[in-house]
Amino acid sequence: MATATRIVRGAYRDSIALMKLSAALAAMPGVEQASLVMATEGNVDLLRQTGLLTDDTDARPSDVLIVVRATSDKALAGALGEAERSLATSALAPAAHGGGPEPVAPRSTAMAIAAAPQSNLALVSVPGEYAAAEAMKALRLGLNVMLFSDGVSVEDEVAIKSLAQARNLLVMGPDCGTAIVNGVPLAFANVVRRGVIGCVGASGTGLQQITSLIDRYGQGVSHALGTGGRDLSEAVGGVSMLAGIQALAGDRGTRVLVLVSKPPAPSIARNVLAAARKIRKPTVVCFVGAEPPAAKDGNLHYARTLEDAARIATSLAARRAPARRTAARAPPFRARFARGQRCVRGLYSGGTFAYEASWLLGAALGDEVWSNAPVHKKFALRNPWTSHGHTVIDLGADEFTRGRPHPMIDHRLRNDRILREAEDPEVAVIVLDVVLGHGAHPDPSAEMVPAIRTAQAAAKRRKRQIAFVAFLCGTADDPQDLPRQEATLRDAGVVLGQSNADAIRIAAAIAKRGTAAAPSRSASKRRKA
Amino acid sequence: MSTLIGNPLSVVNLGIDAFADPIAAAGVPVTRVQWSPPAGGDAQVVRALANLVGNPVVEDANRQAFAAYLDAEPVLEGIGIAREVIRGMGSRTLLHSGPPIGWDTMCGPMQGAVIGAAMLEGWARDAEEAREIAGRGEISFAPCHHHGAVGPMAGVISPSMPVWIVRNARHGNMTYSNLNEGLGKVLRYGANSPEVLDRLRWMASHLAPVVEAALHAIGPIELKPLMARALHMGDEMHNRNVAASGLLMKQLVLGALKAGISARDAADALEFVVGNDFFFLNVSMAACKNMLDAARGVPGSSMVTTMARNGVEFGIRVSGTGDTWFTAPAPMVEGLYFSGYTRADAARDIGDSAITETAGIGGFAMAAAPAIVQFVGGTPQLALANTMEMLHITLGQNAAFTIPQLEFAGTPAGIDVRKVVDTGILPAINTGIAHREPGVGQVGAGLTRAPAECFTHAVVALAGLVTGGAPR
Repeated sequence: MATATRIVRGAYRDSIALMKLSAALAAMPGVEQASLVMATEGNVDLLRQTGLLTDDTDARPSDVLIVVRATSDKALAGALGEAERSLATSALAPAAHGGGPEPVAPRSTAMAIAAAPQSNLALVSVPGEYAAAEAMKALRLGLNVMLFSDGVSVEDEVAIKSLAQARNLLVMGPDCGTAIVNGVPLAFANVVRRGVIGCVGASGTGLQQITSLIDRYGQGVSHALGTGGRDLSEAVGGVSMLAGIQALAGDRGTRVLVLVSKPPAPSIARNVLAAARKIRKPTVVCFVGAEPPAAKDGNLHYARTLEDAARIATSLAARRAPARRTAARAPPFRARFARGQRCVRGLYSGGTFAYEASWLLGAALGDEVWSNAPVHKKFALRNPWTSHGHTVIDLGADEFTRGRPHPMIDHRLRNDRILREAEDPEVAVIVLDVVLGHGAHPDPSAEMVPAIRTAQAAAKRRKRQIAFVAFLCGTADDPQDLPRQEATLRDAGVVLGQSNADAIRIAAAIAKRGTAAAPSRSASKRRKA
Repeated sequence: MSTLIGNPLSVVNLGIDAFADPIAAAGVPVTRVQWSPPAGGDAQVVRALANLVGNPVVEDANRQAFAAYLDAEPVLEGIGIAREVIRGMGSRTLLHSGPPIGWDTMCGPMQGAVIGAAMLEGWARDAEEAREIAGRGEISFAPCHHHGAVGPMAGVISPSMPVWIVRNARHGNMTYSNLNEGLGKVLRYGANSPEVLDRLRWMASHLAPVVEAALHAIGPIELKPLMARALHMGDEMHNRNVAASGLLMKQLVLGALKAGISARDAADALEFVVGNDFFFLNVSMAACKNMLDAARGVPGSSMVTTMARNGVEFGIRVSGTGDTWFTAPAPMVEGLYFSGYTRADAARDIGDSAITETAGIGGFAMAAAPAIVQFVGGTPQLALANTMEMLHITLGQNAAFTIPQLEFAGTPAGIDVRKVVDTGILPAINTGIAHREPGVGQVGAGLTRAPAECFTHAVVALAGLVTGGAPR
């Protein structure tokens, strides 16, 4: 086993480009591990923590640090050579000059505005330590900002948002993963039909679920504005949510509003609801994880789940009374659980999905549901790497994504976890979310199915069967081909729900019936054995 | 109401490049920024820059500073004796190029020039004695730039030397430069042999009086129109001054005749001018400084008013940060060497002549001077690209100096430290290469870039002044 590091000075690459390159190197024969990172303090620390980097390094934040571990020196040299070759064809190299001078590619927001003076939105996805500075510059130069980057401090978020307020500009984020503006999907967004429903959300996957369900229910979306997950905290004060409500209130293309967030700080919730009452457009409010008031309140319609929010908004847009939710359909799955198989394990890539699932599952089962992102702190999982009882895991949480691609892009972490959950004799049902749309994996079902089949085979060897329940968050126009994704999962025996809430209803029903039916069957099996 | 909702979307994408693809596919304009961390990711600089970009205080200050630079009207008034016309120059003072430096740390060519000047002034009989008095601190040194002056290469101006006098007819400020000695063994490259000192004495006793009398006879020469014509004739007035020298020569011939100077004296003086294609360089530099000094001292302005090197350090000064120099080690020059010389012979970048680039000519107007691109190791395409690239780090363009090759666009002018740091595009400088040993002279010419550190230091200092030191 041999490990070596290389530094490529001043060769900036974005994190996704480096992840792709790391993955390509890791796939070379004889290469155990390969990691290419911008040598920021955080990234270098991480490489040390993982044990990949042991020596001191004088790499600077603007340098690419390459670390490769391989089974032979030859494989090591091959991988390092390949890495250096890939980085040598610099994205920043000036284009070869032919007849006249090539226009200089913009290197800054100011330069981009000089080239395109009509610009009105900066989509910022630079590493977190530079993100606040880029957002400030963009705002001062008169651009609205979608701040995809995370790792921005609360102080910086407050500073950014007060500047935006002073300049009458919108800030989406930080940590805003998705948005739709004028029907255009930004960052991790689904391809949703245009329509009259405008959304403002502090939750990325929450917005994706609502907008894609609206599409599925036959209505469309005018805009979906993200606010960033901390916007509705006391410290930030809901600045982006309030600005978003105002913007959609004045937008002729928006007839119905949907507001979605985890339960805000009480004072902020009051402000948001007061602002929403003033605008007179029918508005659906969904504070995921809080039981909503039963009655509608003026123009405000409360939804309990993301699915309900989409359903109510769709009927308001179609100008008919909100349809009742259809009762959970009988799941087309015959469980043959062994004795002791009773637990549900939710393995999620979407944070809000996990949050909503732990809450809905607890209510549906009438039992404790543990999570690394629980609605109530008392259900916090001490070690997110190990499940016990009913567990819902957000695999997109910081502890899983530090130095690793997000599970919506790279399925390896979740696939490993599926196999481990399947080893657990208590596990009856595994629930999975499958997020489609721009930015997500191009073919998620193909990534998941081998792990699902392996898990099923392993369970079978132990005379068990595990129910897999999943739902797809996406639309028919998403690049992944929704019907094909569904078919691939169904062929692997996965039961599909329409939404997160639907998947949880199905999972709970299967788990309950399994629990009820299991003793006699497994008892008889045991007698036979 | 925000400009976002209900208006056509137009996106600037910075960070993950793939995010631009679906936006472009949706038919929405998207500009892809080739982003990299500013200033190599230095957190203090990144934050300081974020406080300055788009800051209205800075924008207003820059408008004022840039307008003063544009409005300046440098005129060549005549020739004076340094100690008589340069304010604050003591009788034992030598001025030198670049930011402040002491005798012990001066590079070879500058020490050679100091030795020559000490002998020229009669402070020392020979080189050894000159070294001794310099080492004992008996000569006071000051940057030319601290006294309204500029000098190419070592830039040494001694009290008895004749100097060009340039006055800003618009704002009244005065600037000065010494007279160009020609090529070969000359003081500005550190030579101090008797022939060098004899030439300097002749320039003071014969050349300067003729030129002064000629200028007196025809009256002050407006320099911007002359320089604008020279740009159209293929000069960028840093490394190529052949056209501008000719235009000045025309005036001097007429002036000498009008002044009634004897044919023999006029012929001697003008023969020297005819033989020196760099004769105008020092006038160009004094004119550039004259325009830039008009833009100095505007609180909050991020416009660069000085770029100069002393052979050890490269230094810049910025309008909004007063007289503070922001320095970094002087770079080596990439270029072509005269036969017999190599990079190993080269001194680091030296001289006040980068004042031309600071004022928007020289390397910034390289597109206008295709004839010299080979001399500095480039191609005509590179010359155009250099000028176009500088547009991205400047506050604007100078309509007084236009470039035929770029459809008579004004030269990029008014370097903005914010833009330099934000884009990572460094000011391009055309320059000569000095031998690192004193007295050998020029060994080549080439291109260099101002060091990034000067600009990052300036950004931090300016942000401290503009935001009162508090992060905002």
